[in-house]
Amino acid sequence: MKADPRGVLTGSHYIDGDFACCEGALAAGCRFIAGYPITPSTEIVERFARRAPMIEGALFIQMEDELAASIAIQGAVWAGKKAMTVTSGPGFSLMMEHIGLAAMTETPCVFVDVQRGGPSTGLPTLPGQADMMQARWGSHGDYEIIALSPNSPQECFDLTIEAFNLAEQYRVPVMFMMDESVGHMMERVVIPSADKIEVTPRRYTKLPPGEYLPFKPADDLVPDMFKAGDGYRLHVTGLTHDFRGYPDMNAEVQEQLVHRLVNKIRLNAPKIWRYEEIDVKDADVVVVTFGITSRLAIDALGLARKQGIKVGMLRLIVAWPFPEQRITELASQGKALVMAEMNYGQLFFEVERCARGKVPVVLAGHGGGAVHKVEDIAEKIMEAYRCRS
Amino acid sequence: MPVRQREKPFGLAKPETPHGEIVILEERCKGCGFCVEYCPHHVLIVSKKYNAKGYHPPGVMRAELCVNCGFCRMICPEFAIYTYEPKTGEKP
Amino acid sequence: MSVLNELEKASLSPSAGQTGPEKHPMDDFMRMDRMPHIWCSTCGIGVSVNCFAKALEKCGTPLDEVVVVSGIGCTGRVAGYVKVDSFHTTHGRAIPFATGLKLANPKLKVIVFSGDGDLVAIGGNHFLNAARRNIDLTVICLNNSNYAMTGGQLASTTPKGSVLTTSPFGSFEEPFNLPFLAESVGAVYVARWTSLHIYNQTNSMVEAIKKPGFKFIEILAPCPTIYERQQKFGDGLDRLRWYCDNSDIRNGANTKDVDIRLNERVIVGTFVDTERPTYLESMNAQYKEKLGDRYKPYEG
Repeated sequence: MKADPRGVLTGSHYIDGDFACCEGALAAGCRFIAGYPITPSTEIVERFARRAPMIEGALFIQMEDELAASIAIQGAVWAGKKAMTVTSGPGFSLMMEHIGLAAMTETPCVFVDVQRGGPSTGLPTLPGQADMMQARWGSHGDYEIIALSPNSPQECFDLTIEAFNLAEQYRVPVMFMMDESVGHMMERVVIPSADKIEVTPRRYTKLPPGEYLPFKPADDLVPDMFKAGDGYRLHVTGLTHDFRGYPDMNAEVQEQLVHRLVNKIRLNAPKIWRYEEIDVKDADVVVVTFGITSRLAIDALGLARKQGIKVGMLRLIVAWPFPEQRITELASQGKALVMAEMNYGQLFFEVERCARGKVPVVLAGHGGGAVHKVEDIAEKIMEAYRCRS
Repeated sequence: MPVRQREKPFGLAKPETPHGEIVILEERCKGCGFCVEYCPHHVLIVSKKYNAKGYHPPGVMRAELCVNCGFCRMICPEFAIYTYEPKTGEKP
Repeated sequence: MSVLNELEKASLSPSAGQTGPEKHPMDDFMRMDRMPHIWCSTCGIGVSVNCFAKALEKCGTPLDEVVVVSGIGCTGRVAGYVKVDSFHTTHGRAIPFATGLKLANPKLKVIVFSGDGDLVAIGGNHFLNAARRNIDLTVICLNNSNYAMTGGQLASTTPKGSVLTTSPFGSFEEPFNLPFLAESVGAVYVARWTSLHIYNQTNSMVEAIKKPGFKFIEILAPCPTIYERQQKFGDGLDRLRWYCDNSDIRNGANTKDVDIRLNERVIVGTFVDTERPTYLESMNAQYKEKLGDRYKPYEG
């Protein structure tokens, strides 16, 4: 389905990542944002507050805390809108319970986390990338989510649309993991005309009330959706529920429901994986990276090549589900791996796990507060190269 | 349809007290006793019989006194009792 | 007349109250495939759900437009038993979920039906702000003075001196005066009734559902298995008898004076009934003023 032109600000703009994310949401059809101010994400909602009154059907509300924001968007989704909320580290921690609720009730929505230095109050105005594991494992219980990571304002626009599309396709909350650098960086963002933007519509059921079972999955493990007010008169609960949505608390239903929620992403993972590869084919060392760090890593590749090392880069666009298959392949080909991320080791452990001990895996980590130094990444590349032999 | 007729001037027609028939869905009852306690005409009693859950559902002691006020229906937490007016089917 | 036909089929004798066809007039409103509900014998929640069903019938609102949102707890289970679009959300967050629902589709009639701990303790912040904003919600708060589902812990509405599992020597905290709280944060309709006042409850619910804005109805309900047992008071029927002897109806009373103290008389009634622009009305008015004709009023 093509995007609604009323939300698309076609043209070439010079805006920062936060603004681009807001424009991406509008282009994707998002018409409800409930937010709470937190640096460095506030600009996204400020922009939406300014744009919403002029777009038909769009509404912005600043809620009283992140807990309210993260569940108000789910109410809006069940009333028929596409909805998004926006936060950073401390607010992300508060939203965890409701990410779990969205995963359990299969509510399609987007949670934007403009990562900053942490933990706790940390560095509000400086970048970090240390929420990556929290995005995956933050809420209690078994569930799976999708997480994307842009590395430029243009990607903030494009990938926000992708985030909404994935949310609707898999009926899952999608984490949009920006960081403060990308969020506050101003670059050229080209927004195409509405008929060039593909938007996935919500898959509503075609069955009449009485026949439709709200949590009975289709072949792709995703059930069709309904919305309140359409006459279906159905019940949605966070308790373990059967196909009718009624709470049914025993081990069999838990297996039937929760295993499917997890498989929904795990079995469809090959279709969801997205990454960009540069010079990987004949490389001896591959730098795995994402977000702002990838822009430093590219320069580090140049430095390392000057030293004679054949090095390539794998940039994660979809961070979760993690592209295990590709990392295992690279490891099997004997390529040493360097994980460059702005934390003290998060996705590093995933890379290590997928490498299965076949190759050395080195962490080019950094606590945040400033982006990596190119020389530091280059040094880690050389260390990986040395460990290889 | 109004059951009561207003008292007409010159004594042409007398008002009739409504009468209700009581329906008790015994298997739903959890023996709370609200209907028995608060029936304005004390029509109901706690019966001696048991339902499948082991509770004593209400029994009708003086059926002719029921005026179809509907208090028992409204106060029952289990939706286990209601009354209706036999001539019109009105359920308060 | 179809009722009579049904009864003829069951050959009901008119002079005795026998069990008739197994259908109650309110059955269309309830999810009969989930009955019996989990609430204890003599619990006050079932009574309020019954009154709610009657209130919806009296309002004439098509049930397709009604949405019930509840939180976690005994009263939170209400959403699961009523046959309308219903949402059983997280603890304390029924009100913001309902806010999202209402703002995204203003045609829905959104009713929040939850317990005292859920709405004003963990959900206190959301309660205050939704009332302040005058979001168009009807909030029915069933106050059984404790956290019943988890076994009877002290709540923010527990009368001082009550013995509960987390106040085993008697509580020493002052509880909330819920009508006072609701009025002070801007609710446009505030009422309190007990489980015994069924007609008043129903009428309050009808008035509230028909009125725009943030409405709050507190219902004092017995909790026989947990609260009454821990106070060694008896069961729900004993508590209803106590309400009968110890409640005063004072419509329009000053909400400052209606606090609840253990073993003292309670004041019930409709305390506040005012008008104020709702959130969406204020929003549309403001944008119309500032943006002029370019602004099209938000309709959902």
